[in-house]
Amino acid sequence: MQRIRRPLHLLRTDRRRFMQAGLAVGLSLKLPAGALAQEGQVNFYNWDTYIGEDTLSSFTGETGIEVQYDLFADNNEMFAKLRSGNPGYDVIVPSNDYVERMILADMLLEIDHDKIPNIANIDPMFTDPAFDPGRRYSLPYMWGTIGIGYRKSAVDEPPTSWNDLFASDKYAGRIALMSEPTNVLQLAMKAAGHSLNDWSDENLAAAERMLLAQKKNITAFAPDNGQDLLLAGEVDLAMEWNGDILQVMEEDDDIGYVLPEEGGLLWEDCLSIPVGAPNIDNAHALINYLLGAQAGADIADFIYYATPNAASLELMDEAYTDNPAIFPPAAALEKSELAIFPGQEMLRKIDEAWTRVKAG
Amino acid sequence: MADGRQAAAQRPWVFAAFALPSLGWLLAFFLVPLGIIWLYSVGENVSLTRVETTWTLLNYARILEPEILDLALRSIRIAGLATLVCLVIGFPMALVIATASPAAKPWLLLAIMLPFWTNLLIRTYALLNILGTRGRLNEALGWVHGHLHGAFELVGLGQLGLLEERFTPFTFLGTETGVVIGIVYVSLPFAILPLYSVLERMDKSLLEASLDLGAGQLTTFRRVLLPLALPGVVSATIITFIPALGQFLTPDLLGRGQVDMIANVIERQFKGANDWPYGAAISMVLLYATFLLLALRAFGDARRSAARNAR
Repeated sequence: MQRIRRPLHLLRTDRRRFMQAGLAVGLSLKLPAGALAQEGQVNFYNWDTYIGEDTLSSFTGETGIEVQYDLFADNNEMFAKLRSGNPGYDVIVPSNDYVERMILADMLLEIDHDKIPNIANIDPMFTDPAFDPGRRYSLPYMWGTIGIGYRKSAVDEPPTSWNDLFASDKYAGRIALMSEPTNVLQLAMKAAGHSLNDWSDENLAAAERMLLAQKKNITAFAPDNGQDLLLAGEVDLAMEWNGDILQVMEEDDDIGYVLPEEGGLLWEDCLSIPVGAPNIDNAHALINYLLGAQAGADIADFIYYATPNAASLELMDEAYTDNPAIFPPAAALEKSELAIFPGQEMLRKIDEAWTRVKAG
Repeated sequence: MADGRQAAAQRPWVFAAFALPSLGWLLAFFLVPLGIIWLYSVGENVSLTRVETTWTLLNYARILEPEILDLALRSIRIAGLATLVCLVIGFPMALVIATASPAAKPWLLLAIMLPFWTNLLIRTYALLNILGTRGRLNEALGWVHGHLHGAFELVGLGQLGLLEERFTPFTFLGTETGVVIGIVYVSLPFAILPLYSVLERMDKSLLEASLDLGAGQLTTFRRVLLPLALPGVVSATIITFIPALGQFLTPDLLGRGQVDMIANVIERQFKGANDWPYGAAISMVLLYATFLLLALRAFGDARRSAARNAR
């Protein structure tokens, strides 16, 4: 799963602040491989530009714990780095399906809830997810959806169904899908009326047929740049992460985001402690800090993703809370689902189906 | 060559001292990783994070699936076409540089190398900007079309319908043509340099002799220039074709995921699909094919020099 996070704020702020933010990241980038346990240190491995401007320095000011900050671009990179042993990270930020993978692979430590009083801030909707029952290994950091970004002036009415993308020639030659096999096939199943976790050989085969038939109408399987194609006018509809569409909405009023009525794919990025973490107590302290009301609000205000933190949400302004690309309408949200890891065997079948779609 | 060998025989320690770093490099960063990949290719996933070497051939058997063969054929077609275009464009360019004045030569060579100073990803995005349906190239073509159309109207040729009323932009992105253009763009310097080095060393008086003795331009090219440049052509072909076969960024961006090549399948195995053994097996097969090509070339070289010695 790939998702590039860029804080929306950067688009709205001046260049100087951007340079400062870049410099701050650049200076704190050097995590030594195999960093040892040190009094008052925590090694934090996060997505690029996925934190508040002064969140980490405030944490250090408050607790005296130094943060070694390291960045990854997508889950695959993070997973690959930890796959053959933890090089010294204390806190990582995997997405929900990777949390599940890592639990299965014994790569995560149990989180001691007693050490994290700020768990009380989390919206009850997020406290018992199927991918980590009881939240033993992960706590929610940010969440969002995969939906449809579209050019308002190019459609008679906003798209309402995944079938507009997957099973209709209404927008032939103007559609971009993502290049991530699992996500595309999941939403093709959703278009066919199934749960996106209802992996069976028949459903997969049906989704494959659907894509093969629709391929002629699809302009691009976009690797992380569906929003750019939309902005450049190369396509009028793009299946994308809400955050990516939100970004181009800032640049172009003619672009909108909709979660189809069948519901979309929900994602959740989580705070977890990987096995082999050298500073477990400090890891708990950092997680507790990030889940604080004010810290959470500062982060959300800077990166503009949806926060699962109810206490933080109360501190946010309407420009954030009423944004339909961040918080989609409840009706569509209710039908949206978090992806469950389909298992290695099914993953192989998914990849083979995808190869056939691409070769066909 | 022979002198070098003699010197090495006389002073083995000096030779070893010079050879050791590169041998060490070769061992640590080529042979050992390659060995690991080879072990993966005969292994199985036993958990999400562990691969066990079970000496299975199943990973190789999966490569025989028709869709994989389709993608392999497509990759060979695209890489072959790109190589051909590189040779056709690169040969005259190399010839121009080789015959240019000594003052101009470094500048011309610099112009060939200049694109390397920019990151591949950025160059590819620049091409996206140029080749898009609403890109710069179509913009320019549309402009020319509009003016030509206006001119035809003006001189009374409008009824002939030589040009359509409106300009239909060309689709480059998402087609094999677009991918070939992208690969040619990145490979061209690699094709020009070996051609240049051969043409540069060539004895130009041979061309003059051929022309003086009555052979036409075409015959001189075909019977004198081309045979002399053949080693360069072979090098240029190999150095273009092999990396072109392993492209995945260009099909992703310029091909818009519509013209996947075999390396896209490999990339997925090491990422989302999390199937390293299968990805390793496909990589190894590509590698075997590469070795085969290089072996054929070495064989050809040996035969040529044997023929020369016999004369």
